[in-house]
Amino acid sequence: MSVAVAQAPQVAQVTAHARLRGVTRVFEGKLSVHALGPLDLDLARGEFFSVVGPSGCGKTTLMDLIAGLSAPTAGTIIFEDKPVKGEVPDGIGAVFQEDASFPWLTVRDNIAFGLRRAGVDAAEIARRVDYVIGFMGLRDFTTAYPAQLSGGMRQRVCIARTLVLQPRLILLDEPFGALDQQTRLLMGDELLRLWRETGATILLITHALDEAAMLSDRVGVMSARPGRFIDIITTGWARERDSAIVADPAFGAVTARLWSLLRSESLKAIGAKGA
Amino acid sequence: MTRNAAISLTRIAVIVGGIVLLEILCRRHVINPLTLIPPSEMVTSLWHMFGSQKIWDDIAQTFSTVALSFVLSVTAGFALGALVHALPRVRRAIDPLLASYYSIPFFVFYPLLIALFGLNTVPLVVIGFVFATAAMVISTLNGLDRVPRVMTKTARILRLNPARAVWSVTLPSAAPYLFTGLKLALAYSFIGVIAGEFILSGGGLGYSIAYAYNDFDNQTMYALMMFVLVIAVVMNGALHVWEQHMSRKRTRA
Repeated sequence: MSVAVAQAPQVAQVTAHARLRGVTRVFEGKLSVHALGPLDLDLARGEFFSVVGPSGCGKTTLMDLIAGLSAPTAGTIIFEDKPVKGEVPDGIGAVFQEDASFPWLTVRDNIAFGLRRAGVDAAEIARRVDYVIGFMGLRDFTTAYPAQLSGGMRQRVCIARTLVLQPRLILLDEPFGALDQQTRLLMGDELLRLWRETGATILLITHALDEAAMLSDRVGVMSARPGRFIDIITTGWARERDSAIVADPAFGAVTARLWSLLRSESLKAIGAKGA
Repeated sequence: MTRNAAISLTRIAVIVGGIVLLEILCRRHVINPLTLIPPSEMVTSLWHMFGSQKIWDDIAQTFSTVALSFVLSVTAGFALGALVHALPRVRRAIDPLLASYYSIPFFVFYPLLIALFGLNTVPLVVIGFVFATAAMVISTLNGLDRVPRVMTKTARILRLNPARAVWSVTLPSAAPYLFTGLKLALAYSFIGVIAGEFILSGGGLGYSIAYAYNDFDNQTMYALMMFVLVIAVVMNGALHVWEQHMSRKRTRA
């Protein structure tokens, strides 16, 4: 028994795609704010992991740290066996909640942007961009500008721009936050499809419990600030799944479990008494 | 007819109507011909002037001075704006100065500039430059302020180096505001140079207008005034069309 316990973390260290240990973020200033941690997390290669938590708990901070957009105050982040320290490593892609499509470029040029800047040769760019355009259902919009598209379509462009670079870890910060419920369910299906086909590891940050429950292999539930994982729930879904899962009784059970964990934390976050 | 076409047509009708009305009032001597000549005479007078070398020299001098002042003010204004944007403390210090910049009557310094640089085109370039630069600085700051944070984040996620990020993300993102800066800098350079020539210089369109005025030469004076007006309108119109062309794809719903 003691041998098994001692070995478990070692196995995790070897197979983890990304590994966080004691990661803490404090924003220094007139009033220093302890935003996050310390927290530990192992992302398995190819898993779909979601993070839910009350507003202001440091979800976006967590994503910025993993992406290398900012450096942790304490602790270590390892991605593919290399430390991440405030610089974006190769192999990580990210999609944000806000519309980040470039309004001055057509859909096609938006998607090709990263490849062109990386100096990939033209034929290879055309091949990869065509594939992603087809994959994301953007074939009829290649010459359109973002301003001519709906919010959902623009977010597709951003996802396509990330996908075309073939990232091995995709970070998604509430990418469907600004979309209506029906579009979100459909985009969720697409996300599952691309996750299966690319084999990438996905870390999705969301405030929608049903979205987390439907899409993920595991859901990390964060506490109110400073954000820490109070629990990590394994959903147990098959890899082949889609939004039809919302009709499964187990889906209701997962969502209910998430809410029971989050309720008091959310009350704390909005400053309610008796939380 | 589309709504835009109707608006354009109304605008043209107002201008043409104004010119026709002026023509009638002048021809009927409701307006004294010693005060104002009919627009048709301005055109014929200008046409005759195009036959002499004098006006081409004036045009060359004024436009080369405006061009120099414009290029210098846009370059310096953009560089200063970007620098100040990168230094928030300096920004806080000079923001009020920038806000009150155009309350200064710069032309009072014009005699000083002539004393410093002599009676040549340098004081004209300087006055145009001084007049135009702040507009470019303010527009640059505006533009850089409005680059969404998510754009900067995206540039970093795409692992662009800082120069690439500025060139391919920040600048295009701020472009509409930078373009406003260009438009203002051109207008202010034009105003600065023509006004300077008008006050004191040895040549140029502004100088010739002032010369004709002192000479009671209404034909020349009004012809040149009309020419300057038309050029200003055409330049602004061209920039406006270009701007519309650029912004259409960004805003078409």
